[in-house]
Amino acid sequence: MNFFDWQFAREILPRLLDASLTTIGIALAGFAIAVVLGLFLAIGRRSRLRWLSWPITGLIEFIRSTPLLIQVYFLFYVFPNYGLNLSAMQAGIIGIALHYACYTAEVYRAGLDAVPRSQWEAVTALNMKPWTAYRDVILPQALRPVLPALGNYLISILKDTPVLSAITVVEIMQRAKNIGSESFRYLEPITMVGLFFLILSLGLAWCVRRLENRMELAR
Amino acid sequence: MNTPMQSTDTLNPTPQQPEQAQPLVRFAGVTKRYGELTVLDGLDLQIEEGEKVAIIGPSGSGKSTLLRVLMTLEGIDEGVIEVDGEPLTHMPDASGQLVPANARHLRRVRGKVGMVFQSFNLFPHMNALQNVMEAPVQVLGLSKREARERAEELLAMVGLEDKLEHFPAQLSGGQQQRVAIARALAMRPKVMLFDEVTSALDPELCGEVLNVIRRLGEAHNLTMLMVTHQMGFAREFADRVCFFHQGRIHEQGSPDELFNNPREERTREFLSAVNEAH
Amino acid sequence: MIELLPLLLQGAWVTVKVTFFGSLLAIAYALIAALARLSPVAPLRWLAITYIEVFRGSSLLVQLFWLYFVLPMPPFNVEMSAFAVAVVGLGLNIGAYGAEVLRGAIRSVHQGQHEACQALNMTPLTRMRRIILPQALLAAIPPGTNLLIELLKNTSLVSLITLSDLAFRARQLDQATLMTMEIFGLALVIYFVLAQAINFGMRQLERRLARGRMRGGLS
Repeated sequence: MNFFDWQFAREILPRLLDASLTTIGIALAGFAIAVVLGLFLAIGRRSRLRWLSWPITGLIEFIRSTPLLIQVYFLFYVFPNYGLNLSAMQAGIIGIALHYACYTAEVYRAGLDAVPRSQWEAVTALNMKPWTAYRDVILPQALRPVLPALGNYLISILKDTPVLSAITVVEIMQRAKNIGSESFRYLEPITMVGLFFLILSLGLAWCVRRLENRMELAR
Repeated sequence: MNTPMQSTDTLNPTPQQPEQAQPLVRFAGVTKRYGELTVLDGLDLQIEEGEKVAIIGPSGSGKSTLLRVLMTLEGIDEGVIEVDGEPLTHMPDASGQLVPANARHLRRVRGKVGMVFQSFNLFPHMNALQNVMEAPVQVLGLSKREARERAEELLAMVGLEDKLEHFPAQLSGGQQQRVAIARALAMRPKVMLFDEVTSALDPELCGEVLNVIRRLGEAHNLTMLMVTHQMGFAREFADRVCFFHQGRIHEQGSPDELFNNPREERTREFLSAVNEAH
Repeated sequence: MIELLPLLLQGAWVTVKVTFFGSLLAIAYALIAALARLSPVAPLRWLAITYIEVFRGSSLLVQLFWLYFVLPMPPFNVEMSAFAVAVVGLGLNIGAYGAEVLRGAIRSVHQGQHEACQALNMTPLTRMRRIILPQALLAAIPPGTNLLIELLKNTSLVSLITLSDLAFRARQLDQATLMTMEIFGLALVIYFVLAQAINFGMRQLERRLARGRMRGGLS
């Protein structure tokens, strides 16, 4: 019995790589939405209007303390009952985006909190509208320091995409499982998927660290 | 984390002279560098048993480093430090040659030295009594009962008999420093090192700490080495004052000699600068 | 809706058990890996780094599948029940994250504490056990709480290796009753309540451990 069948590994590699594109696509799309949506959630949470800030705070806390898997089930199985039919892929991307928007919102919040009070006093003194103040003064200062933290969430999203295999999205994990059940060999496909995630997340982590270092220098 | 670095180069072990009374602490040609910066520069210093020595000098002159290398918080690059006749950072091997000390030798010799820090460094998760009992139990192997008796006695001596159960965060700076003194004394060291022990305190709290040190000096024949900015205290308390400058003892003498009649220009400058500041 | 509750609660009980035993394992792994990571012995450090990076870098679901599908096959032939796989897998995964949290906490203990220990002639072991770790563990509680909630949420993935936890029961009930909205809504609420329970418990623990030592900050 050979330990790791390289021949078999080479055979299944194209199929896995093909599915890995789906994985990467889902992660990037989910991340892109989460980055934008999170910013709105963060600003909404800081709003002085309670009817806005309280529900947003509640939503963020709720989504952050419940599992992505159930949220995705909810989107995929509940919404069709109300006439909103989402494909597995759409439900998956929206689920991931919503889940991680609540995390990025907290990252933005930390960044916004770190902007000195005096900056707020300055924009008030200049009689700026809140929206202009955010866009021109506050956000540029708040965003730069949080970029590495956002990068770390891209890594987390990537590693969470296999959850979508539960709603039949054929990403790399689902493909590996399919290969396993066809051939009764699990060692190669699952190990290869593990390596895929390991390499990508180590690589991305390295990029994030470089980004951090560059920003340290820029200060 | 603080494993001292030792180097074997330029060791000059002098033959011991049994006919003479041995100094309790002896620095011979001790050099310590941080990269390019030489903090101790061939330092020589001898301290007799029971002597109280104050070390004064400008900031950054290496005063604290002198205490820290004696406590083995930092290694030295050259020279020998002896405590109670034994080399501290080195030990004789089978053939009598000095080699870098192993952990056991280091711990045995280090046990003769105690230290009180500028920032107290009390254990925040233990109350005053536990702070003082911890090392006697864990290091000296005393029973809890013995350690407790010793700790209660020492805490009473520093005037904190009613604060035994207080945690550091519940004590004032002066009280914390007095616990720290009791904690160091509980190990029964032969030499006590005081590293700017009042510098982190509000002025009105310095007195209670200095009083404890004063009483300690009167009641026990303890050898004390203190780095201090309190010139008044140094003058009144010390047997000998050393003016430290650029990694060496620039001038030393009795408090009377050094404060009233400094021979060296540098010493005069330093003292007048200090006087002006006050 | 009431008739759904018993089955869901049965599932929730499995979730609680997996979370509890998984947490115990995770804490043990985190402690061992953090100490090894800081050890002066280089091979121990390398081993710890490998463990930490592999289990943080490859996705949790991949790890669970690996333990569940690959490990029972030759050449390993290690067969574990789904429950054992769940506990071991989650423990290993969160333990790797915990190791980094704990390492940070150990390094955050003030240098003066190390110096005081040395001045009192303590051995490195005594220093770590009696002085450094008790302080580090307290500092690790807030980030550790987040990790435990991550662990709780991640237990939902064990439903994908056939363990009948809360997520599994929800999915099963959904197929049987088609009361989709109620079932997944209830499941989310149960997870949320469990997360709040962890939050509350850890805050109590922190308060008890911090008794007396917080006021005025650590010196």
